Amino acid sequence: MPRITFIAADGTRTDVQAANGLSLMQAAVNNTVPGIVAECGGACSCATCHVHVQPDWYSRLPAPEGMEKEMLEFVMEPQPTSRLSCQIKLSDGMDGLVVHTPKSQY
Amino acid sequence: MKGTCVIVGASHAAAQLGPSLRESGWEGRIIMIGDEPHLPYHRPPLSKEFLAGRKQLADIRIRPEAAYRKAGIEFLLGRRVTAIDRERKRVRIEGEDDLPYDVLALTIGSRARRVDLPGTGLPGVHYLRNISDVDAIRPGIRSGAEAVIVGGGYIGLETAAVLRAAGMRVTVVEMMDRVMQRVTAPDVSAFYTRVHREEGVDIRCNIGVAGFEGHGRVEAVRCSDGTCLPADLVIIGVGIVPNTELARAAGLKVENGIVVDDFARTSDAGIVAAGDCTWHQSAVYDRWLRLESVQNAVDQARAAAGTLCGKPARYDALPWFWSDQYDLKLQIAGLSQGYDEAVTRGDRDHGRSFAAIYLKAGRVIAVDAVNRPPEFMIGKKLITGGHIVDRVRLADAAVAMRDLLTAAK
Repeated sequence: MPRITFIAADGTRTDVQAANGLSLMQAAVNNTVPGIVAECGGACSCATCHVHVQPDWYSRLPAPEGMEKEMLEFVMEPQPTSRLSCQIKLSDGMDGLVVHTPKSQY
Repeated sequence: MKGTCVIVGASHAAAQLGPSLRESGWEGRIIMIGDEPHLPYHRPPLSKEFLAGRKQLADIRIRPEAAYRKAGIEFLLGRRVTAIDRERKRVRIEGEDDLPYDVLALTIGSRARRVDLPGTGLPGVHYLRNISDVDAIRPGIRSGAEAVIVGGGYIGLETAAVLRAAGMRVTVVEMMDRVMQRVTAPDVSAFYTRVHREEGVDIRCNIGVAGFEGHGRVEAVRCSDGTCLPADLVIIGVGIVPNTELARAAGLKVENGIVVDDFARTSDAGIVAAGDCTWHQSAVYDRWLRLESVQNAVDQARAAAGTLCGKPARYDALPWFWSDQYDLKLQIAGLSQGYDEAVTRGDRDHGRSFAAIYLKAGRVIAVDAVNRPPEFMIGKKLITGGHIVDRVRLADAAVAMRDLLTAAK
């Protein structure tokens, strides 16, 4: 059950605890974290679950692939640590993960 | 804001509206009434992973029960609202006491369009809109058996893909001269027809259905051209109709949907509406329309929540849609109706990646992108920016979408 921190554009922190195997997006939606709309429900189609991963965490996550990688090139407010949170599957190794939600998603 | 907000309907729009109300500062009760016995769930997977059995009910819930509990959102599920008494501010619920409200939200969605043909009542003939529909369809999915899909729209084609992958012999019967005729350019229809045929689906266009036949259970579909298709399973996907009866009976203004303004307000200032059931003006396209999509449900519900909490924010989002069939991920930005030219990128006749960009007077108004995220993502920016694009370079798949955006005026 990793603990994850979402930091909103205005600095508000939301700490959530989520089961292994859930996506980071679903963990956010389950806890109504503002800024994660996730319209397509995890189909990697909309990019409304875009997050900026805290740099020290980025390289510790499995790298984005295929569709996600292509979508990330064109998201609003891109950052080197941009990810689509629906494509990150949570595991114990991600305990303490910190991500930021972009301003454009409010 | 205090008082009771009653939300009629418990699907995508409602699942967004409830939490958004809390986020916008609603302190009173929020009560959601749904006619299905389920918490709000994602409807798109019903014709995709849920139909295929790769996802179960728990996997497609929009939020878990705990999230609503934490937000103080109450549910009345499996209940049907039969009337709205605007004078006394109450909703009538079948078999229950009237429920008073201070403000009301109508997120009552749409339902599958029914066909009036002989034999539609036979076991084995289905529509596909709700979980209960899919629960009824699933036992009929058997490898080697015959499936006939009536209607070559998104639901029909997604269903065809799932049933084919499950080993069924699948025929799609489409009344128009091509599949997805209502929503896409001929080249996109041709692309999808080719892929479905490569996958072994028999697509027949320009054919209507005269009726369904069988002894105690569907055995065949009788077509308008006299042919008879053997059928163990029939799924009818011929569009949806908005649920407007409740609003109409209550005297709210209704056109091809419940009329709302840019802030999701109906003709009664104390009642908002959002989602498939609304008839609203599109800021992007400058015309009245009704949208059948998750995006519209979610974004309009957010506007409705702001309105109810005294923080009005205009709903002017660009419509977008998606459809998954086999390994094809179709992303659609904007509405193509009224285009005067469709420029294509990629190979229509080979492979699994293709896009059509719809232009009107030189400006991009919509994009259909199959396994081509740049076309979709940049396309959205080209549409909202109202840019004039160089159509020759646009048609050249070797020119990057990003460069087209940079060059656009």
